[in-house]
Amino acid sequence: MENQALLERFQNYVDAENKIEAKDWMPDGYRKTLVRQIAQHAHSEVVGMLPEGNWITRAPSLRRKTILISKVQDEAGHGLYLYSACETLGVDRDTLIEELLSGKAKYSSIFNYPTVSWADIGAIGWLVDGAAIVNQVSLQRTSYGPYSRAMVRICKEESFHQRQGYEIMIALAKNGNEAQKKMAQEAFNRWWWPSLMMFGPSDAASAHSGQNMAWKIKRHGNDELRQKFVDMTVPQAEYLGLTIPDKDLKWNEATGHYDFGEIDWTEFNEVVKGNGPCNKQRLQTRNKAHDEGAWVREAAMAYARKQQERQAVSAA
Amino acid sequence: MPANNKKDKRLVPHNANISVMSNSNWPLWEIFIRSKNGLAHKHAGSLHATDAKMAIENARDVYTRRMEGVSIWVVRSADIVASSPADKDFLYEPANDKVYRHPTFYEIPPEVGHM
Repeated sequence: MENQALLERFQNYVDAENKIEAKDWMPDGYRKTLVRQIAQHAHSEVVGMLPEGNWITRAPSLRRKTILISKVQDEAGHGLYLYSACETLGVDRDTLIEELLSGKAKYSSIFNYPTVSWADIGAIGWLVDGAAIVNQVSLQRTSYGPYSRAMVRICKEESFHQRQGYEIMIALAKNGNEAQKKMAQEAFNRWWWPSLMMFGPSDAASAHSGQNMAWKIKRHGNDELRQKFVDMTVPQAEYLGLTIPDKDLKWNEATGHYDFGEIDWTEFNEVVKGNGPCNKQRLQTRNKAHDEGAWVREAAMAYARKQQERQAVSAA
Repeated sequence: MPANNKKDKRLVPHNANISVMSNSNWPLWEIFIRSKNGLAHKHAGSLHATDAKMAIENARDVYTRRMEGVSIWVVRSADIVASSPADKDFLYEPANDKVYRHPTFYEIPPEVGHM
């Protein structure tokens, strides 16, 4: 049992909006939750490179290609910030990577959907990054200092991701020909519901929500963030002339929010369990890249060893 | 100018190995202070000390007399590896023509709200 007095002191400290830093005392549950959440977040950044990487060689212009490369490069950087934040909690990077590669660790289910057309790249930037921003802006105020600082940095870099996606959508849905408009609408149909699922199960059904809110790891509920995303995104879809694939979606004068239809949680749970369209492919690709990159890691170590031996010889 | 620096004996490279300790030449330590939880440690300055413990104690006296900090990191100056000013161009110039990494590169119509 953990010392009740320590737990109370910790809770009071968090309640007063203080941040916890790596060397501060923290409950085991707090540490465990953060390791799981930050690692999942890091894995999501890394796996998130795959659906977009699929289109780098086929981007429709050099301009779009350089932008997409930059965005994917950012995602790799975001993964690194988050793995580093996670390591401040006493886990090592290799263990985290191993858990991703073996399929033990989870990552955001959204990345298990395929990118079948160029419009999907626009939809991902606009919707998936848009939803991620809503979530991450909230997490800038998380109670764990290193995680909070990683979020601040990521949010700063993320804005361009959403804007480049929306720009692609403008080109296709607003200024494009009939075929391009159709392509944009189809991509929108594919990504709308999975984007809403990104915020996770309804707070009532979410296993960890209560304690995580009390510890201020999470600052806003899943439903509240999802509503915020819907309210922001509907006018953006209307500007593009896109139809939202939800017959129940309508403005609610009384609440000042958009009402929307029931999310298919069966689909969500299936994808989380590993039965989404691309789960196997994503893990295979990640494992292949890791295995094929092994020689680079070995060469770097061999080079460092050789340099050390040379220095030892010249010092002797 | 960089070319003349080599001749100036006062300019010791940052990562020079100052492992020899004499009474008058204790190793130099770089001091980083966290002003409050939630903020990153920030470089405050440096000081001389015989070991890490003394460096922290001295840093407490030198840099946190007015409640400037809640946490101190000390790192031996000799352990800091710094990039060379001469490498400035090849390190940072490649970012110059990648203006598309900035959100302002993209025109978003005002009607759709903040993005």
